[in-house]
Amino acid sequence: MSDDLPFDLSLSEEQRIMRDSIQRFAAQQMRELARDADEAGQAPAGFYDASCELGLALLPIPEDAGGAGQPREPMSNVLAAEDLGYGDMGLALGTLAPLGFINAVLDFGTPEQQQAFLAPLASETFVPASIALMEGRATFEPSALQTRAVADGDDYLITGEKRLVPLGCQARQFLVVAACDEGAPAAFVVPAGTPGLSAEASDYMGLRSLETATVTLDAVRVPASHRLAAFDLERLVDLSRLGIAALAVGCCQAVLDYCIPYANERTAFGEPIARRQSVAFMIANMAIELEGMRLLVWRAASRAQQGLPFHREAYLARVMCAEKAMEIGTNGIQVFGGAGFIRDYPLEMWYRNLRAVGLLEGAVMV
Amino acid sequence: MINLEIPKKLQQVQQMAHQLSATVFRPISRKYDRIEHCDTPEELKPVAQMMASMRPSRAKAAGKGANDGSSSNGANLTGIVGMEEMCWGDVGLMLSIPGTGLGNAAIQAVGTAEQKEAFGSLYCAMAITEPGAGSDSAAVSTTAVEDGDEWVLNGTKIYCTAGQRCDAVVVWATLDKSLGKAAIKSFIVPRDNPGLKLLRVEDKMGLRISDTAALSLEDCRIPKANILGSAEIANTEAARKKAFGGVMQTFDNTRPQVAAMALGVARAALEITREILEQEGFKGDYARTLYNSSALEAEVYRMEADLDAARLMTYKAAWMADNRQPNSTDASMCKAKAGRVGNQITLKCVEICGELGYSENYLLEKLARDSKIIDIFEGTQQIQQLIVARNLLGLSSRELK
Repeated sequence: MSDDLPFDLSLSEEQRIMRDSIQRFAAQQMRELARDADEAGQAPAGFYDASCELGLALLPIPEDAGGAGQPREPMSNVLAAEDLGYGDMGLALGTLAPLGFINAVLDFGTPEQQQAFLAPLASETFVPASIALMEGRATFEPSALQTRAVADGDDYLITGEKRLVPLGCQARQFLVVAACDEGAPAAFVVPAGTPGLSAEASDYMGLRSLETATVTLDAVRVPASHRLAAFDLERLVDLSRLGIAALAVGCCQAVLDYCIPYANERTAFGEPIARRQSVAFMIANMAIELEGMRLLVWRAASRAQQGLPFHREAYLARVMCAEKAMEIGTNGIQVFGGAGFIRDYPLEMWYRNLRAVGLLEGAVMV
Repeated sequence: MINLEIPKKLQQVQQMAHQLSATVFRPISRKYDRIEHCDTPEELKPVAQMMASMRPSRAKAAGKGANDGSSSNGANLTGIVGMEEMCWGDVGLMLSIPGTGLGNAAIQAVGTAEQKEAFGSLYCAMAITEPGAGSDSAAVSTTAVEDGDEWVLNGTKIYCTAGQRCDAVVVWATLDKSLGKAAIKSFIVPRDNPGLKLLRVEDKMGLRISDTAALSLEDCRIPKANILGSAEIANTEAARKKAFGGVMQTFDNTRPQVAAMALGVARAALEITREILEQEGFKGDYARTLYNSSALEAEVYRMEADLDAARLMTYKAAWMADNRQPNSTDASMCKAKAGRVGNQITLKCVEICGELGYSENYLLEKLARDSKIIDIFEGTQQIQQLIVARNLLGLSSRELK
């Protein structure tokens, strides 16, 4: 890598190939399914196994744990999230949940921990795993957790309640983030089936295609070896915010792309509504704000990939994406008028999904 | 490889421009805002010389295109980076540096070798706007009539930046108003031409040190060779589009430059605001979520996000130009975003800082006055939105007015 990289928005050959295949997957296997999955409250059978053809989970797992041993690339993961978000935010979150778990173990775990916890995920079929960070409080602050982990001999006892956990009822392993007895946040790998651990499906305004759950931990006992050695909450939160923001960029692009032909076809007062400035300017502003969102996310992710500090950049990307994603979501409905409110069209679903962007934490670490 | 940081090579340009801004512009910023009407400020003359000496190297950078398929950072991005820094110092002073007029850009872009030789090193303004034609630049009614070896120009031009202090003006005029856009051409008129008269220099809310002139052309005679581009009037729809499109294409390169002006002004306001706030114990360290931050912190974060988004969009538009990618949409998007957030941020900074913000003892109120025009000149906010919308929706200017 050259010391003096130029400002550059062009993709590497690998990224281009990856984008092509993910975009094809999103167009052919997500957009079609999204509405039914939203209504059913779950992904259709076989969807997640099909998503494995993209190789997202397998790529970064070390070779000795059965993966491809590719380098950690937050920027490439952001591109993947963007393209999957274009297909459907809920299904994208499910697809990326194991990758988030893997990335956390890679970034914060020792080689032994990586070997122990990642080998089960190095599979040709989909192995659900998930990060459990969120809790049920207004103005939830990731650094002020109520879930507690207390040392007990060579073990830890974890107690608390985690909300909005992606694939919470299916996950084979969780990464549970808790406040430790000495006060610092810590992350523990908790296998499904551990006594005291239970999950109950829980439905939300949006992201309904994603099976979300409340995960309860009642004095769950895990060995100290399950505590990730070099856990950094800020990094987990920042990289998750970038993942969520990237999903929003993809979904907002879907809104924009859906509005353009409609505005050109829909006639009112004798001409297409696209020819009215009030509508045309709304569409122009969607594109303008979307571009700002995308570049803020890309900047933070490329800094992360280069090993530069990126907390401020991720924070600002989150602030911008939370606000503008909702603006684009609501204006998408507005362009369609009454039709936007009808469930035959995807606009209302995107609006409900985009509402999550400003509040979701930890769900998908890129 | 995706990288949105400025390379070290350009950081040097940035630092030089910053140094200039901090040591030359800032100390005299208030002084010339008060003086408003004067000849070129003495302090700017060495700056003009320095910039003239740097120009050949910039041209060389521009020639270093991306023919090898790899991405390059050339004159456009360099210009953006320098522009933001200079406008961080003072946008009005930046616009008053001799030799850096919009007319210079036009001559550089479409002038013949002879024209560049004759006028390239002079201070050239651009006169487009008329009392009856602002954003609708195709409606100019200043006329140009061929008479022997000369063009004879008649009409009135307003809002001409540097129209008082320049050496020459690039004047937009029509050869035949009934033929619309295709008949509009631009002409180089030396400032001392007896037919070119200075009507007045405007008194403005902001950007005061930059002279904004009203000019009249009364049987103003110039040599035939002073027309920029061809004198032929395109007579097919496609040729007409191409001819006027060529003129408008200049704006694809200049709009990101104007966006960069907005970035510099807004960043100055935000930095001063942060300094004032930090003296009062403000942190703004991005430590907590937006809704666990104070309202003030949240406001500052939003402004920073908007400003950074606008900057990255501006970099992108310039990078596309450097790499010969069509950037009309991106140029307008960055101008729209930077223009409006620049104005919002500077106004909000005045409000946040209260009496300090409103006072002439600080620069905040001046920055808020200066920033307003940036969302107007070189295409208003609304014109940018029209361009973006037409490009996205695939509509012509006739279909989306």
